Amino acid sequence: MIKKYIFAIILLCTYTISAQEYFPKNDGVKSKNTNYTAFTNAKIYVTPTQVIKKGTLLIKDGKVAATGPSVKIPSNAVVVNLEGKSIYPSFIDVYSKFGVKSPQRQSNNGRPQYDASREGFYWNDHIMPEQNAVDKFSFDNKTAKDLKKAGFGLVNTHVQDGVVRGTGALIALTNKGGDAERILDGRSGQYLSLSKSVTSAQVYPSSIMGTTALLRQMYHDADWYAKGNTTGKDRSLEALIANQNLVQIIEAGNKLNDVRVDNVGDEFGIQYVIVGGGDEYERLSEIKATNATYILPVNFPKAYDVENTFLANALSIADMKEWNQKAYNPKALADNNIPFAFTTHQLKSPTELKENILKAINYGLDKTKALEALTTMPAKILGKQDLIGVLKNGAFANFLITSGDIFDKETTLYENWVKGDKTLIESMDVKDIRGNYSSTINAVTYQIEITGSISSPNVKVKSGANTIGAKLTYADSWVNLVLTSPEASKKEFIRLSSRVTDADNLKGKATLPNGKETSFIAKKTSKSDSKKEKKDKDNTKPNMLPVTYPNTAYGFNSLPKQETMLFKNATVWTGEAEGILKNTDVLIKNGKIEAIGKNLNTKKAKIIDATGKHLTAGIIDEHSHIATSSVNESGHNSTAEVSIEDAVDPDDIDIYRNLAGGVTSIQILHGSANPIGGRSAIIKLKWGESAKNLIYKNSPKFIKFALGENVKQSNWGDNQTIRFPQSRMGVEQVFVDYFTRAKHYEALKKSGQPYRKDTEMEVLVEILNGERFISCHSYVQSEINMLMKVAEQFNFKINTFTHILEGYKVADKMKAHGVGGSTFSDWWAYKFEVNDAIPYNAAIMHNAGITVAINSDDAEMSRRLNQEAAKTVKYGGVNEVDAWKFVTLNPAKLLHLDDRVGSIKIGKDADVVLWTDHPMSIYAKAEKTIIEGAVYFDLQRDTQLRANMKAEKTMLLKMMLQDKNKGLKTQPIKALEKKQLHCDSE
Amino acid sequence: MKQLIYTISFLILSHSAISAQQTPGAAQTETFSIVGATAHIGNGTVLENSVIIVENGKIQGINANGTPKGTVINAKGKHVYPGFITANSSLGLIEVNAVRASNDANEIGGIIPHVRSLIAYNAESKVVESMRPNGVLVAQISPKGGRISGTSSIVQLDAWNWEDAAIKINDGIHLNWPNPFARGRWWLGEDPTLKLNTNYTKQIEELNTFIKDSKAYLKGPKHIKNIPFEAMKGLYDGSQKLFLNVNSEKGIIDAIAFAKHNAISNLVIIGGYEAYKVVDVLKENNIPVLIDQTHRLPNSSDDDYDLPYRFPKLLMDAGILVGIHTGAVSNFQTRNLPFYAGTAAREGLSKEDALKLITSNTAKILGIDKQLGTLEVGKAATLFISEGDALDMRTNKLTHAYINGRSVSLETHQTELWKRYSNKYKTQQ
Repeated sequence: MIKKYIFAIILLCTYTISAQEYFPKNDGVKSKNTNYTAFTNAKIYVTPTQVIKKGTLLIKDGKVAATGPSVKIPSNAVVVNLEGKSIYPSFIDVYSKFGVKSPQRQSNNGRPQYDASREGFYWNDHIMPEQNAVDKFSFDNKTAKDLKKAGFGLVNTHVQDGVVRGTGALIALTNKGGDAERILDGRSGQYLSLSKSVTSAQVYPSSIMGTTALLRQMYHDADWYAKGNTTGKDRSLEALIANQNLVQIIEAGNKLNDVRVDNVGDEFGIQYVIVGGGDEYERLSEIKATNATYILPVNFPKAYDVENTFLANALSIADMKEWNQKAYNPKALADNNIPFAFTTHQLKSPTELKENILKAINYGLDKTKALEALTTMPAKILGKQDLIGVLKNGAFANFLITSGDIFDKETTLYENWVKGDKTLIESMDVKDIRGNYSSTINAVTYQIEITGSISSPNVKVKSGANTIGAKLTYADSWVNLVLTSPEASKKEFIRLSSRVTDADNLKGKATLPNGKETSFIAKKTSKSDSKKEKKDKDNTKPNMLPVTYPNTAYGFNSLPKQETMLFKNATVWTGEAEGILKNTDVLIKNGKIEAIGKNLNTKKAKIIDATGKHLTAGIIDEHSHIATSSVNESGHNSTAEVSIEDAVDPDDIDIYRNLAGGVTSIQILHGSANPIGGRSAIIKLKWGESAKNLIYKNSPKFIKFALGENVKQSNWGDNQTIRFPQSRMGVEQVFVDYFTRAKHYEALKKSGQPYRKDTEMEVLVEILNGERFISCHSYVQSEINMLMKVAEQFNFKINTFTHILEGYKVADKMKAHGVGGSTFSDWWAYKFEVNDAIPYNAAIMHNAGITVAINSDDAEMSRRLNQEAAKTVKYGGVNEVDAWKFVTLNPAKLLHLDDRVGSIKIGKDADVVLWTDHPMSIYAKAEKTIIEGAVYFDLQRDTQLRANMKAEKTMLLKMMLQDKNKGLKTQPIKALEKKQLHCDSE
Repeated sequence: MKQLIYTISFLILSHSAISAQQTPGAAQTETFSIVGATAHIGNGTVLENSVIIVENGKIQGINANGTPKGTVINAKGKHVYPGFITANSSLGLIEVNAVRASNDANEIGGIIPHVRSLIAYNAESKVVESMRPNGVLVAQISPKGGRISGTSSIVQLDAWNWEDAAIKINDGIHLNWPNPFARGRWWLGEDPTLKLNTNYTKQIEELNTFIKDSKAYLKGPKHIKNIPFEAMKGLYDGSQKLFLNVNSEKGIIDAIAFAKHNAISNLVIIGGYEAYKVVDVLKENNIPVLIDQTHRLPNSSDDDYDLPYRFPKLLMDAGILVGIHTGAVSNFQTRNLPFYAGTAAREGLSKEDALKLITSNTAKILGIDKQLGTLEVGKAATLFISEGDALDMRTNKLTHAYINGRSVSLETHQTELWKRYSNKYKTQQ
């Protein structure tokens, strides 16, 4: 009862401490401490670059009053002599969820949710700019302790949930004064991410391109709302508008998303601060071009456990290299003048920060940059560079007192001061008792070695050659040492205790096994030298493997360059009127086909003997889904606002595999989850280049449409019955509805009246105006016919029917409409609507005068499209020259690229393939695959790349085993120590 | 209502009249000879200008420049092959993948050796008939679900019903070996990296227990019948084979040890992605491998792009008996079996060796090599004539196909639609 009473008083006290000056005081007098505190003789980092070698830091009322080499110390100052010690501004974590509980995932009943669940907010639940972290903030003492131990004084926290997450709050980790003192800024920035809220099951957006499209539309809608064009109330948009002048921090999470979000920002004049993924070093020039400041997690991967051979074999070179290289990321960014701050985000505990920063420093990161990334850079991001992260006059008194260089492994952090409030981490007054001692007790001489850290040292004791079990505790100036008796079998102990004084020797009382007490002296013989040994071990320079393009299996050390090449004596499949030319030479230069003929000669060209080989144009796949981070945005029945160009993944190994199959260009189509899908990315397979450089320059504009079972969700499971359309009847009406609205939209836009910019409508208007082409996923004749009729009703044409498996049933109608057919060679029977699919489809459509292509829709088939074309020779007897066009010139025509690629014609891009055999023979291999005169695949080089990878993997495995073995060595020792402890406690 | 039913059934009837299944060929009554073709024997050899005499459903003679007997089929400039054989297929068990009602390839229950594929085999499947024009004439039909999936049978692909189709009833038991590795379910926040499967030992122990129990039962009085235990009998008396689906190096070694431990001698590895890493063990134990179709992506991003293309050569060069199975593809793709073999030849295997992958080797592995797999005297006249190289899609063009000497139709639902619509446009012109 008394205990409880005291506790209550303490609570009251702390409460009154937190009271502000205008709060009434009922528990005593209202006097205020107006003393200064002066820290003298310290090395002071005023900023990471402005260092006072020996000076004074003077603080008062939680702020810095003065810093300098010779500061006049007021008489009412408490002076702390920090001779030999250092003062740093304390760290700032600018990307934290400190004190803000993450919401729980909502369980849903398995039924999809297409509409928003909120009223009076934006139409998408994942847009929550109206959230304010400060409203949900509750100081978390435990985490604060860990953060302060790691050197942090301030954290900028926010609700880590949703695409737009609202405002963050800048929190000082002080125990004094409560939240009134802690909350430095309740609107410290606006936070965004690419992840949906766990509080809503609303399907949209279901993809990366959907998320970027959502952000774009949100900004358009905010603009419309800000101009007062909306009658209803939208609290989300109102908050978004109110937050627009705050710093905008977006979590992108990897190098590709960094660029994607920056592209969104650029369109709306917003420069995001980007929370990266730590893999930015793999695409430095693109990252640099974002002009963004980065916030970098430092969760460098640990070595994999590779002792199990089978598991080790499953490790990819990309994962292994990530372990080897990721700590290099900060240095790479620093070298390229890309500004960045560090965060503890993604770390299991803030205590892991230091080891990881040290690792980055070991990889060459400059210590000043490291310090900036923890102090001035986060301050700058928050627009508070004079107030935090520095120790200038007027700045908050947020600082650390250390035994020395803060980025030295052995350095001790003594105190962490936040707004003038001290948190003791380790006492500065603890005497260093480490060293070697000698003591004779009960006629036995012991050699005592004390090592480890100052405040919690370790001990090793020997008597002659025998190791003696020993345990040492050191606290409150008392040393207690328990020794096993020299006759170990007896399980007896000698206990020593000594009060530590200024003298070097330890002096005190020993209790012998028989209970007799006697005094002892342990004479200090020398200082410990273990420190040096350790240092040398940790400082081994990393053996870093080169970063390749892409930084995965089969990446190049440098990007392939355009070459001048002369193919001699080839069988040339021109794809033009000339047909197949035997014993012919082809010269490529400046990325173009320069000459075709007999006995061509040029001095500068690299000569390639193509005798017995076949040279063709590169294969073009009209329907591919490789090289993209996402395929479907399935959240709406129309998603014209999304574009695969926002999702291109240049690191996909299937690019390389396609090259090995002679493919040079592909259309990455949106999937078939909805009648109106997303826009395409048409790319060249320039393995190693960035996403942006893969995409065709002045690319023709395409969009995916789809019909049938997929869009009516027939095979999605029994829960998927609520999205319109659920029948082919409904599919038609989706198109009629959208195109009708698009017409109205364009009319309004042209009228000069205000209109709400709608990306989806803008894209549909392009279709109506013939500026964008449709490639439509289609199977049965009824729906094929329907879409042509809808298009004709709106005065445009369908460009391509893709799949088009029943095209042969309506070939005459297709011919009349003028649409092309891009089909499978022989797929059928995988779902109900392909029951009448026949492998003769291509032949029948071709014979009816339709431009026919054979496509893959499949990463496996795409690398054998030459074989798939050959199947049309078997099924339907198409002649070989025409069959070859099904995978080269015809898809080029369908993609409106036939003026650039698709055949071997002077002036066209030098996208060519050298085959070991007849290109449609099953025995043929692509020997060289060339894009714009640069060799992206070469059989010989492939062999070399395989050998290189094998060597690299062997080396990395060795390094991982070495890393592991460091632990192994210490492992048995640890176990032994435990035993001693057990022994002692008996 | 009656009227409506009548109308519907009439419609169905009239529709099926257009696209009926092909009628199975009648039994051979007359002797015939295929004359002048290049005969690809299926055992690695070729006979130019051959005369193949077919009598009573069997190959009665095969000679270069021999004397024909009976009706002469002139095949000069053409090629004759033994009918291609696919293993581990789901033909006739699944008609349309996405239509659950048409899928009979998986049964529930985990350890269900008593479940038999043969009785669910739909001899009239439209997918089955589409095999014949590409030369695929024989198939092992296997169940796919659970740990021990059930019992397979081998059929020929031109039949009125499953009894008619059966070549070898209940030829083997199919087992899906537990995966030694497991990945965390990332969507539940688990670490997605590869780890050892902690249930692996337990899953193997379940199999061992079942084997021990079934053996004990079979030695006993069997007063009360145990259906699953009974179904294992053939495995122990050597009349059935164990088809073991396993891909990893560790899994293959463990699976072989398991079979040895349980004295199961007729073991076949199906899948065998990493079989090339354990050829010594396979050879030492004389275990054949049925590898996945060559037209597949490598499992790992680091694997050679052409690794799956090279598996047959890697194994054959090491002296392993190897065939290609089609258990990992959709049924309709099974007709590409010849091209899976052709792709192996792209990687340096001779064309005749590549042919073995889908003829004699598979016949040996399935235990039907006495009657099928090569063009040799005394074997079934299950063969076909192609205008060109049947392993290459450009030239795989069948003119005749025979099963047990019966001339089988090369028409299908698909060729009928082809002709119907080709004619439609011809008459429009």
